[in-house]
Amino acid sequence: MTNDESKQLAARVRGISKSFGDGEARIKVLKGIDLDVRRGDITMLVGPSGCGKTTLISIIAGTLAADEGELNVFGHDLRQMSKAAITRFRAHHIGFIFQAFNLIPTLTCAENVSVPLLIQGLSAHKAEKRAREVLAQVGMADQIKRRPSQLSGGQQQRVAIARALVHEPKLIICDEPTAALDAKNGHVVMELFEHVARGQDRAVLIVTHDNRIFHHANRIAGMDDGQILEVHDVDADHPPPEHLHAPERL
Amino acid sequence: MLRLALKMLFGDTAKYLMLVAGLAVATFLMAQQTAVFCGLMSWTKSTLKNVPAPIWVVEEKVEQVNETNPLLDTDVARVRSVSSVAWASPIYSGIQRVRLENGNFKIIQLIGIDANTLAGAPAKMLQGDLMKLRLPHSVIIDDLGVQRLAKKRGDKVKIGDAFEINDQEARVVGIADAVNSFTGGPYVWTTYERALQYVPAQRKMLQAVICAPREGVSLEQAIADIRKETGLKAFINREASFEEFMSQTPEKPTTNFNVSTVWWYVKNTGIPISFGTTVIIGLLVGMAVSCQTFYSFVLENMRHLGALKAMGASNGTLCLMLIVQAFTVGLIGYGIGLLGTAGFAFGALKNEQPPFYMPEFVPFAVLAVVLGICMLAALLGIWRVSRLEPAMVFRS
Repeated sequence: MTNDESKQLAARVRGISKSFGDGEARIKVLKGIDLDVRRGDITMLVGPSGCGKTTLISIIAGTLAADEGELNVFGHDLRQMSKAAITRFRAHHIGFIFQAFNLIPTLTCAENVSVPLLIQGLSAHKAEKRAREVLAQVGMADQIKRRPSQLSGGQQQRVAIARALVHEPKLIICDEPTAALDAKNGHVVMELFEHVARGQDRAVLIVTHDNRIFHHANRIAGMDDGQILEVHDVDADHPPPEHLHAPERL
Repeated sequence: MLRLALKMLFGDTAKYLMLVAGLAVATFLMAQQTAVFCGLMSWTKSTLKNVPAPIWVVEEKVEQVNETNPLLDTDVARVRSVSSVAWASPIYSGIQRVRLENGNFKIIQLIGIDANTLAGAPAKMLQGDLMKLRLPHSVIIDDLGVQRLAKKRGDKVKIGDAFEINDQEARVVGIADAVNSFTGGPYVWTTYERALQYVPAQRKMLQAVICAPREGVSLEQAIADIRKETGLKAFINREASFEEFMSQTPEKPTTNFNVSTVWWYVKNTGIPISFGTTVIIGLLVGMAVSCQTFYSFVLENMRHLGALKAMGASNGTLCLMLIVQAFTVGLIGYGIGLLGTAGFAFGALKNEQPPFYMPEFVPFAVLAVVLGICMLAALLGIWRVSRLEPAMVFRS
């Protein structure tokens, strides 16, 4: 790989392994994973339940330490960084979207969205001002005072997207972003996500089972049994392969 | 982040109210029971307050003012003869029963004072004339007696009213302000000679001698001289600080009758154990409710705390959030508990029942205990949060 190609990478994963448990109960969940996540792309990780998708994004996001291998995210060698440094790295460079939204129920939408900025140490006033701007971008300008329980699932995921974007992270990690949504809302959220989250210097990594959203990806990596079996570039001329629509058949 | 922590706390109304209620109850129990205990202990030495004299001389085995052994009448003269003593007067102090006009009997604390000097008379008269105590059958009652010794409930004793002590007339010539007695009976002052007439005769009737040092002689020197020259036990009668109470040891017994009296009750009655048990129950209730509720609050928020951790909140930030939450409910609960105690105090002081006296250190000590409970609750949460893997947030 040339230096130019390397610069285009958001995350470079080489030989990453991860096991859980001890002794005879020890299970190897990731078995020498290699993956390149390119800047400007939406990359989807697909595969059957238990294949290691979530463990892989946890490692790339810096929320879980790998046992071995190399991991470079936007030029930072996470394997060599201290826990505190990784925590700071996450606060500044990673945005998260969770399957269950994970919005704090006692906070308003604006307050929820401002959380990453508060973690960075911004004042509440400035953070909420910025949060309102991002909520407007995701079409939630009129809902800023509402609490999550007063919103539909689709609206909650829009708030979660705003929260993931508010601090302008370089890498956005999504765990089943449409799993809790119906087809229509899932499509709306992905359209929105593609529109506001994709950027030249930003990468989006999505773990999903939802084959209805595969066509939003630029790249799809198929996983099974702790390994990446195939990687496909997707565009108008190259739709996602049919067999990926039934991940259990990978 | 701290504002966010408080919003998370206040947003969970049920848990927030439970935490505040637990700490408020704990505060109330600890502060109120301690104050009632201190009030009760202050009542044990009320005779010393109501019979003001700088020095009390009693029989050598006496340890507290409410249980005095009789002296010989000549002991008054022996005390007077001590060179460092300016004056000395006899005192009778004992529990008697009075018969009211309606036939009811009531307990009183009868005080007999020297008719010539009136030494030991109440310090503050509310009505009447102290000098009239020298008239036949005269007594002065305290403000509690105004209600307690009335003919019927709701009535008040007036000057000129009469009752009987041991079938002998006692006519009220004055009403004095006094501290309530430990037994709950009102104080009744009369002259020493008349007190001896009211009380069934015994060979020795003198209960104590009150006296004062000559000018230029310290109280400590005077009591040392009295002890040395008469063989009687002389005590100083003055208000004692908390430090003075605590500095009493078997090796170095106190010379202050107030301290000696209170310690006698602490050592020889179940009162401290009874109140101490309630205070400990208050502490345990507060601890159990607060720790359990706060821990459950942390567990319920674990998913959100995990999300915050994943988003880059450090362990330090999350711990600070938990500490702020715990201390906030602690201070609010403490405030409400203390307000409840103040309400109780207002009623107690107005009705002069039950005893209530809160030394300055009590609110601070209770605050320290409440904050200790909160810190413990926060530590449980911190322990849990510090072990939290941020990756758990991806597990559904």
